[in-house]
Amino acid sequence: MSFMQKPRVIHSKLPKNELGLTTRDYEGSMSTLCAGCGHDSITAALIQAFWELNIEPYKVAKMSGIGCSSKTPAYFLEEAHGINAVHGRMPSIATGANAADRNLYYLGVSGDGDSLSIGFGQFAHALRRNINMLYIIENNGVYGLTKGQFSASADVGSKAKKGEVNQQPPIDPVIAALTLGGSFVARSFSGDKGQLVPLIKAGIMHNGFALLDVLSPCVTFNDHEDSTKSYAHTRQFYHPAVHADFVPQKKPIRAAYENGEAMPVELHDGSTVVLRKVSKDYNPTNRAHAYSYLHEHQKRGEIVTGLLYIDEDQREMHDISNTVSEALRDLPYAELCPGSAALEEIQNLYR
Amino acid sequence: MKPTDISDPDYFHRVVDCQWACPAHTDVPQYIRLIAQGRFADAYMLNRESNVFPGILGRVCDRPCEPACRRGRVDEKPVAICRLKRVAADLKGDITQRLPPIPGQKNGKRIACIGAGCASLTVANDLLPLGYEVVMFEKQHEPGGLMRTNIPAFRLPAEVLGEEIRLITDMGVDLRLNAPIASMKSLLAQGFDAVFVGSGAPRGKNLEIPGRYDDAAHVHIGIDWLESVAFGHINAIGRQVLIIGAGNTAMDCCRSSLRLGAADVKVMARKPLTLLKASDWEMEEALEESVEIIQCHAPREFVIENGRIRGMNFERLEYHEEDGKLQSRKLGEKFFPADDIILAIGQENAFPWIERDIGLEFDQWDVPLVDKKTMQSTRPGVFFGGDAAFGPENIIWAVEHGHQAAISIHKYCHGEDVGVRPPFAVNLTSTKMGIHEWSYSNSFDTSVRRLVPHVSLKERFKKISIEVELGFTAEQTQVEVERCLNCDIQTVFFAPKCIECDACIDVCPTACLTITHNGEEDDLRARLKAPADNRKQPLFVSESLKQTGRVMVKDEDQCVHCGLCAERCPTAAWDMQKSSVKIPYASDELAGTAQPPQRRRA
Repeated sequence: MSFMQKPRVIHSKLPKNELGLTTRDYEGSMSTLCAGCGHDSITAALIQAFWELNIEPYKVAKMSGIGCSSKTPAYFLEEAHGINAVHGRMPSIATGANAADRNLYYLGVSGDGDSLSIGFGQFAHALRRNINMLYIIENNGVYGLTKGQFSASADVGSKAKKGEVNQQPPIDPVIAALTLGGSFVARSFSGDKGQLVPLIKAGIMHNGFALLDVLSPCVTFNDHEDSTKSYAHTRQFYHPAVHADFVPQKKPIRAAYENGEAMPVELHDGSTVVLRKVSKDYNPTNRAHAYSYLHEHQKRGEIVTGLLYIDEDQREMHDISNTVSEALRDLPYAELCPGSAALEEIQNLYR
Repeated sequence: MKPTDISDPDYFHRVVDCQWACPAHTDVPQYIRLIAQGRFADAYMLNRESNVFPGILGRVCDRPCEPACRRGRVDEKPVAICRLKRVAADLKGDITQRLPPIPGQKNGKRIACIGAGCASLTVANDLLPLGYEVVMFEKQHEPGGLMRTNIPAFRLPAEVLGEEIRLITDMGVDLRLNAPIASMKSLLAQGFDAVFVGSGAPRGKNLEIPGRYDDAAHVHIGIDWLESVAFGHINAIGRQVLIIGAGNTAMDCCRSSLRLGAADVKVMARKPLTLLKASDWEMEEALEESVEIIQCHAPREFVIENGRIRGMNFERLEYHEEDGKLQSRKLGEKFFPADDIILAIGQENAFPWIERDIGLEFDQWDVPLVDKKTMQSTRPGVFFGGDAAFGPENIIWAVEHGHQAAISIHKYCHGEDVGVRPPFAVNLTSTKMGIHEWSYSNSFDTSVRRLVPHVSLKERFKKISIEVELGFTAEQTQVEVERCLNCDIQTVFFAPKCIECDACIDVCPTACLTITHNGEEDDLRARLKAPADNRKQPLFVSESLKQTGRVMVKDEDQCVHCGLCAERCPTAAWDMQKSSVKIPYASDELAGTAQPPQRRRA
């Protein structure tokens, strides 16, 4: 880690967004992660995405659990809300926060340990409830904070730094999300911001639970030759299937899309994700197809990335529960707490 | 673009904007670091190596380094480089022991220097330690040239001037005062091995308009008048004074007038304020002393009544741009009263004493033909420097001319080709001390530029010799040195080590870095993370990177040299390395039999 703070000086011509802010206004404190950590790149991609979306930092709630990944919310959007939860319990706390104030942008930052081991149950239920949030798994295949043991996402045959070979099959969060009914399932790589930033933007604007699994090499414990989650390995077996361009609602979509190579999907707020398919035969709106495509390429050792599945029509938690549109703190007290007479009435319904 | 060749000494030299802009290539960041460490004598000696007169230049340099300073691009105001130089000079103590030794055994070569100004003194400074005998002819009764005659004592005290000149004359200059040269031919007949002309640009321009000679006693030529003031021949002037012209000489004239009894001084400029030649700080100081600068007025005639000057008539002008050129239009006339009028409209070099049949050619404007690199005239063995060479410039240019002429004289006297110039070189040394520790102060200090304190307006007019600027206090110095961005601590990139993790790009506070596919310069500049439209600043382009074949591109423009790219690099592909530019001097030349003495470096 660096001992000094990032200097407050900025490039004199750094562009400003519609709010008059530069990307520097979306930063947090200096990262204490290892130099070269993929997580820092994801942090930079998040900064870029929120800046490009012109979202005021205070309208965001950052949720995280425990682990290297879960430290990162300290490094971006200084002015945002945030809860650093107990290990693996971030999904339920995010659910509660979202229930109380549905008008914030929810961002969960978790890791392969936090989501696929200790918090796997929590993760699954947040997914199936379709909570309106972007859920990022910063996936490096090891427990970095405890010196690099294999995590649940380590591939069979991948070697640890000291040479042990992993023999247990991995949990693939993308396949898990597809089978658990996820409405937005994507994978990307910390070393490819060109793909990652639009996916983050689409995930933030998606109405429902957006899972974004980001391969994020651990430079200290998992970036050696026999690792399947290193920078070099990921780049070698990188297979982008669908590229997503995020188009904000004000901008008309100009290009004409032919032969089904590009497919516009309108999001809830009127903005659009244009899916450019690298593989012609890929269909990102067909769950079964996505599932088999992933399996097939996984067998060849390829890492399929992009916006792999999207269903914008799936109802999110508030729609299903029929809750009020305001945040609970904005409701008048009398409405929020209608008194013992009203309670009596409700209880009578069950007698 | 092709990968940048960082072994070219110019590449990293250019990144050190101040040093690159300085005609004498003063190693500014290094001397500022020495000042920061309280090593004033070391800082002074480092300065002296390139600019010879740190005490003088620390007060009156034209400071081309400051507009070039990178700090000015990221933070409005550049580092107060000139003022810091003065700190080193004021606090250096006795440095005479650190001057190069003068050999008792001479090398048998005698050099004549004409004029004892900054150019000639630099030649003597460079050649005496090599065993040369230097005979210096000066028409005045004191050495110093225009530094003494044209810069008023309230900007440059006589003691400072005297001390730095003595450091050189004490090396053994055969100084002949009150010895004007009347004929180049007869000087050449005296058998010198080489002649250096450093006689300055001593002729002030005149203004031939009606009434010029009707009361000549009250119309003065600026530089002549300043000289008379400097030597005490003039010690009074009328109450109302008009200065014609608005360059730095005009600023010295108006401020000197105030000290000789004038109460109402106006500087009359032909051009609008934004286009005046005077340095900003000299104008600011004149304005602080309530001098009025009147723009867009062109002198038309002197107004004389009963043989006594009453004032001057001016044409009022208005400027507009036409086809990219500035055009003026007359609006009418205006009279300004005056008791004395000083003409400060420029000066030129003049050589009535050089015969035109000695193989020394002059161009159509009667200016000698001098080679810009070697400083040699068309007559081998005769060299020029300072204002005498190419017309009025400034002290720091004269010093550089002196260095180059000394190299040429050294080569010439040993039968070598003066056209073959010694090369520049650059040396790189890592500043890494620990994982995140560097041997320089790498964090960015947000302090704004310090203002140098002045003697109060009440005090300063009491005597012309009261120096107005007081120099930085210790506290101010401490802050100002930290404003330096250490541009000589270079970001050196080693492409084969890069794993393209983006860590450097993400952490760079000024968005200088981009990894992208290669292209032509225009195309690349358009694709960088922050706008790269300052084309005066180079792009660094790496070799292709191992994993994706893309390239690392760095726009040098606004890098603050904080070292975070190197701190956050997991593979040490970036390193912060101190670049030292090796500037050649006469003493580095192995010409003839002269043994190069040990040059001491701070």
